[in-house]
Amino acid sequence: MKVRLVDLAHARSGDKGDTANVGVIALRPEWYPLLERELTTDRVARHFAGVITGGVERFELPNLTALNFLLHGALGGGGTLSLKTDAQGKVFSTALLRLELDVARDEARQLGLPGGTS
Amino acid sequence: MSRVVRVASGQGFWGDWLEAPRRQVEGGPIDYLMLDYLAEVTMSILQKQKDRDPSLGYARDFVGAMESVLPAVRERGVRVIANAGGVNPTACAAAIRRILHGGAAAPALRIGVVTGDDLLPRLDELLAAGHALSHMETGEPLASVRDRVLSANAYLGAGPIVQALAQGAAVVITGRSTDTALTMAPLLFEFGWRRDDWDRLASGIVAGHIIECGAQSSGGNCLYDWRGVPDLASIGYPIVEGHADGSFVVYKHPNTGGRIDVHGVTEQLVYEMGDPHEYITPDVIADFTSIHLEQEGKDRVRVYGVTGRAPTDRLKVSIAYRAGFKAIGTLVYAWPDALDKARCADLVLRARLANLGLRFDEIRTEFVGVSATHGPLAGERADPPEVQLRVGVRGSDRAAVERFSRELAPLVLNGPPSVTGFAGGRPKVEEVVAYWPALIDKRVVTPAVHVEDA
Repeated sequence: MKVRLVDLAHARSGDKGDTANVGVIALRPEWYPLLERELTTDRVARHFAGVITGGVERFELPNLTALNFLLHGALGGGGTLSLKTDAQGKVFSTALLRLELDVARDEARQLGLPGGTS
Repeated sequence: MSRVVRVASGQGFWGDWLEAPRRQVEGGPIDYLMLDYLAEVTMSILQKQKDRDPSLGYARDFVGAMESVLPAVRERGVRVIANAGGVNPTACAAAIRRILHGGAAAPALRIGVVTGDDLLPRLDELLAAGHALSHMETGEPLASVRDRVLSANAYLGAGPIVQALAQGAAVVITGRSTDTALTMAPLLFEFGWRRDDWDRLASGIVAGHIIECGAQSSGGNCLYDWRGVPDLASIGYPIVEGHADGSFVVYKHPNTGGRIDVHGVTEQLVYEMGDPHEYITPDVIADFTSIHLEQEGKDRVRVYGVTGRAPTDRLKVSIAYRAGFKAIGTLVYAWPDALDKARCADLVLRARLANLGLRFDEIRTEFVGVSATHGPLAGERADPPEVQLRVGVRGSDRAAVERFSRELAPLVLNGPPSVTGFAGGRPKVEEVVAYWPALIDKRVVTPAVHVEDA
């Protein structure tokens, strides 16, 4: 079944030059392993294909049940050079939360994911 | 109960809430008020102001902030640490002295000024000595933009602030210090931490990171249960209650709005994060994967277990240089077919710019309300009530950018229909001052501390 990331996590994003960072935080600690397994660098790079021009890096923070993604070439040059409304990557957070994950029904039920009980 | 040191955040950037500093000193007991004014591009804006008038070049909001907290500083011994000095800390201190002398025969107040971060006067000497100051991301040497450099400042650490505090400064004004040093310095000073006590120093840095963006850790801009954040109108800014062992509690004054919980503090921790294993500062490298958070009580989050290690032998340098011109203009198209009309207008505009032979490094079109922030991820939407066409151009030819700014308004009468929202007038042509991050050998940067009674 499809589960929306926005129902599993919250997030905040910011900038460093032309790179946006998105910190994705599990809404419940027990959902973090699922995020770590499914929300891979490849998965996020596919999500942002055509939106960013560079690669994606991922760092794990199990202590905060969070993943930190660096999205390179995300900000149209970044800082004052950028002509984008979101020149500082402030809302890349919610753009990432648009992603949907495939989760097996059994696992969704076990983890108590939204929509996993049906 | 063991001794605590309370450092309150009263400003997260130049332009933050003017009420916040006063509310922090009046809302309950604090020891230090920390005011962060400098973002990456702020230094260049200040340098432009200093070029026009040598007595400027600092964050002028700080003068009003000092006026609003002066009774607390004088009567209760609250000490203020601010990077409001920008590119002219000495002039900033002079402005503060003027308000101190404005009243009756008030007792003297010690003001500490940290300088030495400004590398602009030494830039050619440094380049000649082999410091390439290459761009941290592109690797390009600074020489390629040298003639367009406006400002160059090394990020100083906590050391000079600690020195000023040790000399009794009630107010410490710095130029380009790291944001986190403003919070870490008073903790280091008060608890007498060793300069190689990496774990405690790293804790101080984490404390600084959590409160350097003001209310972003006390319920502001918080996505987690945002509807549930109480009373944003009177939001309380965050305060660090530091302990000698390095652990600390983030809290806010009673009877204020906002919310301090593990979710919100975590959001702030990941904000602008790179590699969490190495959060590099001049004083220590903090490991954000070691941070532990615990909800200790209502609006109280305890932070502990932070580890750190020795810093590198280099300092980051913030350089600003002139990078051409830009202008951004908008028009609003209404239902029906708002998006198609906006797209049509964009094509007409681009054809006219091409027919005029104007050249730009970039022309960018966004459709606000449809795809401006999330691009194609937002998906298709039914015919929206309105769409804002937003077109920006950037290039080295000022005349071309000026001409662009004259090509938008005519579309109101000679482009597609149902257009409005041009009340703001012609797009403003701005010079682009771009950011050039670089590294430099620590040994060539000499911070200076000057403390005197005012």
